[in-house]
Amino acid sequence: MKTIILQTASNYLLPLLLLFSVFILLRGHYLPGGGFVGGLVASIAFVLHAFANGLDKTRTLLRLHPAYFMPAGLAIALLSGLAPMLSALPFMTALWYPTPAPVVGMIGSPLFFDIGVYLVVTGATLTIIFTISETA
Amino acid sequence: MEVVLALMTGVLYAAGIFLILRRSFVKLIIGLILLGNGANLLIFLLGRITKGKPPIIPGELKTLADAYADPVPQALILTAIVISFGLQSFAIILMKQAYRILQTDDLDEIRVSEKEEI
Amino acid sequence: MSQTVILLPLLFQFALAILLLFFWFKVPVQRVLSIAGSALNVAFSAALFVAVWQNGIICHNAGNWQPPFGIVFVADTFSALLVLLTAIAGLAVSVFSAGSVTQKRLKFGYFPIFHFLLLGLTGAFLAGDVFNLYVWFEIIIISSFVLITIGGEKAQMEGAVKYFTLNMLASVMFLTAIAVLYGLTGALNMADLAQKVLLVPNRELVHVSALLFFVAFGIKSAVFPLYFWLPDSYHTPPPAVSAIFAGLLTKVGVYALVRMVTLIFIGDSSLADILAVIAGLTLVAGAAGAMMQTHLRKIFSYLIICHIGYLIGGLSMLTQAGITGLVFYLVHDIVVKTNIFMVAGLIYKIRGANSLKNLGGLYADYPYLSLLLAIPLFSLVGIPPLSGFWPKISLITAGMNTERYVLTGLILFASFATLVVIARVWAEAFWKAAPQLAPREGFEYFDDLTKTRRAFILAPIILLAGVSLYIGLGAENIQALSLRIAGELLDAGPYIKAVLR
Repeated sequence: MKTIILQTASNYLLPLLLLFSVFILLRGHYLPGGGFVGGLVASIAFVLHAFANGLDKTRTLLRLHPAYFMPAGLAIALLSGLAPMLSALPFMTALWYPTPAPVVGMIGSPLFFDIGVYLVVTGATLTIIFTISETA
Repeated sequence: MEVVLALMTGVLYAAGIFLILRRSFVKLIIGLILLGNGANLLIFLLGRITKGKPPIIPGELKTLADAYADPVPQALILTAIVISFGLQSFAIILMKQAYRILQTDDLDEIRVSEKEEI
Repeated sequence: MSQTVILLPLLFQFALAILLLFFWFKVPVQRVLSIAGSALNVAFSAALFVAVWQNGIICHNAGNWQPPFGIVFVADTFSALLVLLTAIAGLAVSVFSAGSVTQKRLKFGYFPIFHFLLLGLTGAFLAGDVFNLYVWFEIIIISSFVLITIGGEKAQMEGAVKYFTLNMLASVMFLTAIAVLYGLTGALNMADLAQKVLLVPNRELVHVSALLFFVAFGIKSAVFPLYFWLPDSYHTPPPAVSAIFAGLLTKVGVYALVRMVTLIFIGDSSLADILAVIAGLTLVAGAAGAMMQTHLRKIFSYLIICHIGYLIGGLSMLTQAGITGLVFYLVHDIVVKTNIFMVAGLIYKIRGANSLKNLGGLYADYPYLSLLLAIPLFSLVGIPPLSGFWPKISLITAGMNTERYVLTGLILFASFATLVVIARVWAEAFWKAAPQLAPREGFEYFDDLTKTRRAFILAPIILLAGVSLYIGLGAENIQALSLRIAGELLDAGPYIKAVLR
């Protein structure tokens, strides 16, 4: 499906969708959104790019194989759960930095957990879709 | 509303069970997906459908003053959806691979593992 | 912070699995990490067990949410014991995999997935919340799906399709059961449920929920009418995978059943009757199947089913002696079933054949090895003083005391059937003269392997044979442990108090 309209559009849409996915990730703590949905939006961005430009172009754009996002995300999520244990609190207790940062909002261990989820979901979805479309 | 959802749950379960009793791989997967959706709807239904406010306690109070929507069923459904998403994508890859290797999508024809004698 | 000890095996297994994912393409590194990590995990699990043994039930509120609202991890003696056994079986199979699984399969992320499976098992034993239990079950089945399909041979794909369908159906049942239970009580925490289920006026719906749980866990633990997926799939993956599945996957279903019966659906005698009938039929079906088969791993698969009958039978009696027998048998079964599938794998590696027809002469060619292999084989039968003998005494006494004579008779029948089956295996594979077989092209025979790989295959068999010898010869220790666990299981009070404080 290589049409010039979709190709041009996807080049502009990719950064926009990625930005949108980060926005969804950040607003996720109190409002609808979060790591899972954000990760899905991010993977849709890449899938759209692959639709328009072919799988190989998306691969070179990503550089890393998407499967590597999964251990990275899992590691971030695990570490965010372990962090409160350093100050003798139970596993996965939410720790918040008292003053909100500009743009991002409140920073705390749940945010890092969500970032981990975001990476895992992006990695898993892209790996699955790439695998299916490779062997099709 | 409850009646509609109850009927819908029943229909999803019935359709799911009907489909997994068929002989084709694809229908099997669709049946399992429908069953999973039926189970999710059942959780939603049995968690009581209350039109209410989000269960967030205002700062000055200790308990919820108003009728509120139970957040737990939604959390359960979300988790179940995520899990079934993973399982279903695995199922699709598995069935595709199985079709490629076995050259059939008829469940009645997969009997090699029973006869094999080495 | 003595509570953290409960999370050690869990978090360590998780961290290990993640670390292994980073080394996806470096199989030699994975091998070293997996074995070293599994050994360390045995130490952590032992620490948890000792802590629980000395201080009683430990529980940890994840996220600092007080129960019944948050997710809790609970370790009573039963959970801690099973975590320890998982760690030991995990270590053995990890070493065995390093020696026996072919390079082609290891390259597809065998070790990381294997550790995710162990993570799921550890989590399921420690979960104090039904929904959390569901999530751990899903982790177990997703990783077991991957393990059963790695390699993609024809028979394997067929086994995988059957295994996948039935297990996914079991998950849906489990979810439905949780939905009904939540609708009735508004609780998910097991200790909280234990109190609230008793107060529900609508007993019919409680029954429906209990039966849905039984069907779900019945499929997982392969009891009588629901076992057909097991003998069709367990002999298809590599022996190392069969070994961990045989040792632990059906047992996690039994564990969940035990928790449900002793904690949530207490004092329901009709459920106990259903369990007794199922147990009897499972014993007969498994024994009959095992006698019919000639494929070595299929014989052992049917023996798994047969011996699940002992466990369910012990559960159905719901007395101190019955539960003691169950726990003791569970300990014995995890160790011996894991080992026996590794033995089957070793025999396959030596001869390149699985069918009894094509085996033979092992005793003549490998006398010392045969002596070693006799330990797990005859422990399974339960020839005194080996490990399978002692729990049966408790089970039979309990059967007589609760006047379940038919079930007791069937337990005896199944023991004799196991004896016949193992005697047949011994006569055919070890004593009979070896049939002349043409060497298989491209097959890695045991004698052609390097010395290290041969050591990797033999060491775990020796380790688990040692453990089962200890269970048999040090039976009074295990009996004391089982008695204590039976006491804890039959009196849910301390468990509820420890969780809800």
